[in-house]
Amino acid sequence: MAPLLDAVSLWTIPLLMTVILLHGLYKGVKVFEVFIEGAQEGFWLAVRLVPYLVAIFVALSIFRASGAMDLATRFLTPLTDLVGMPPEVLPLALVRPLSGTGALAVTAELINHWGPDSFIGRLASTMQGSTDTTFYVLTLYFGSVGVTRPRHAVVVGVLADVTGFLASLYVCRYYFG
Amino acid sequence: MVDWVWAFLILAGVVAAGVAGNVQAVTDATTLAAEEAVAYTLQFMGVITFWLGLAKVGERSGLIDLLARLMRPATSFLFPSLPRNHPALGAIMMNFSANVLGLGSAATPFGLKAMQELQKLNNRPEVATDAMCTFLAINTSSITLIPAVVIGLRVSAGSANPTEIVGTTLVATTISTLVAVAADYFCRVILPWNRTRG
Repeated sequence: MAPLLDAVSLWTIPLLMTVILLHGLYKGVKVFEVFIEGAQEGFWLAVRLVPYLVAIFVALSIFRASGAMDLATRFLTPLTDLVGMPPEVLPLALVRPLSGTGALAVTAELINHWGPDSFIGRLASTMQGSTDTTFYVLTLYFGSVGVTRPRHAVVVGVLADVTGFLASLYVCRYYFG
Repeated sequence: MVDWVWAFLILAGVVAAGVAGNVQAVTDATTLAAEEAVAYTLQFMGVITFWLGLAKVGERSGLIDLLARLMRPATSFLFPSLPRNHPALGAIMMNFSANVLGLGSAATPFGLKAMQELQKLNNRPEVATDAMCTFLAINTSSITLIPAVVIGLRVSAGSANPTEIVGTTLVATTISTLVAVAADYFCRVILPWNRTRG
């Protein structure tokens, strides 16, 4: 399976760019103008991200530099060892279901601190991409139509997140070793 | 709860540094990390700007509609309680397609529209219907095919192979979506006390 994953990873982006541009041209979209319009939004998204990144970078950095991270790691290692998860990604697992931008900032910090090609960097990248802001989505979607009894949607959503985290962990361990 | 996690990280850090007699580390870490955060955003800005530009082209050319049409057989299988050609199905498919392409901001309006349409079929407006639960099970399990933003983060951090996580993300997200669909099916068809009447 590993060579297949290699090919998927290598080809997804160039292929997607080709498909989007060709389809756009075929449909008579003014690709350059529309690109700029979307890129403006992207630019402001990055600007809006700054406060989140500062908040998370500072908090995690204090936690690490003070020695609290080492303490917490020693405490939690027996627990995270049960599933084989590096304790460093625990903040991501805690924030991911609650705040999309917050989780993105935690992922950015982990990638920045440990390096994008470290195991933690790869694992955080995979986890960020394969899970969603469950509680936010449920609150927003049900709230928008006034549903107050979500039935089993909450349990299923949490289960999906836990599965996503564990699946990321095992796939990364298998693929990146 | 984000408030608690965030505040805990800082407060625990201050206490730990105080106990270890290393308070200066807190101040140093704060200044350095805040600067790093902004520097990192500057690097990241280029990639995210490019991807959202490209995503807009995909949105405008109707790539989402195309994908939605391809998904039709799967959606009628997943939502047996919805009448064929009901507008809710269309909105659901658009929401899934936008999510698959990693266009989170385009997905949300379709998702809210889908909920409105589903609510019209609901005869107990305060209780979630089967179709709503299935819709949100798939939605919250994340069905991203192109984690463009994460790739952007990796590019900015100088990764030797920024897209190497596309394959692993795809596998992990497929597993979690399958589990969510199975769990939803179990809750709604097999648990007797959970069946909706009507």
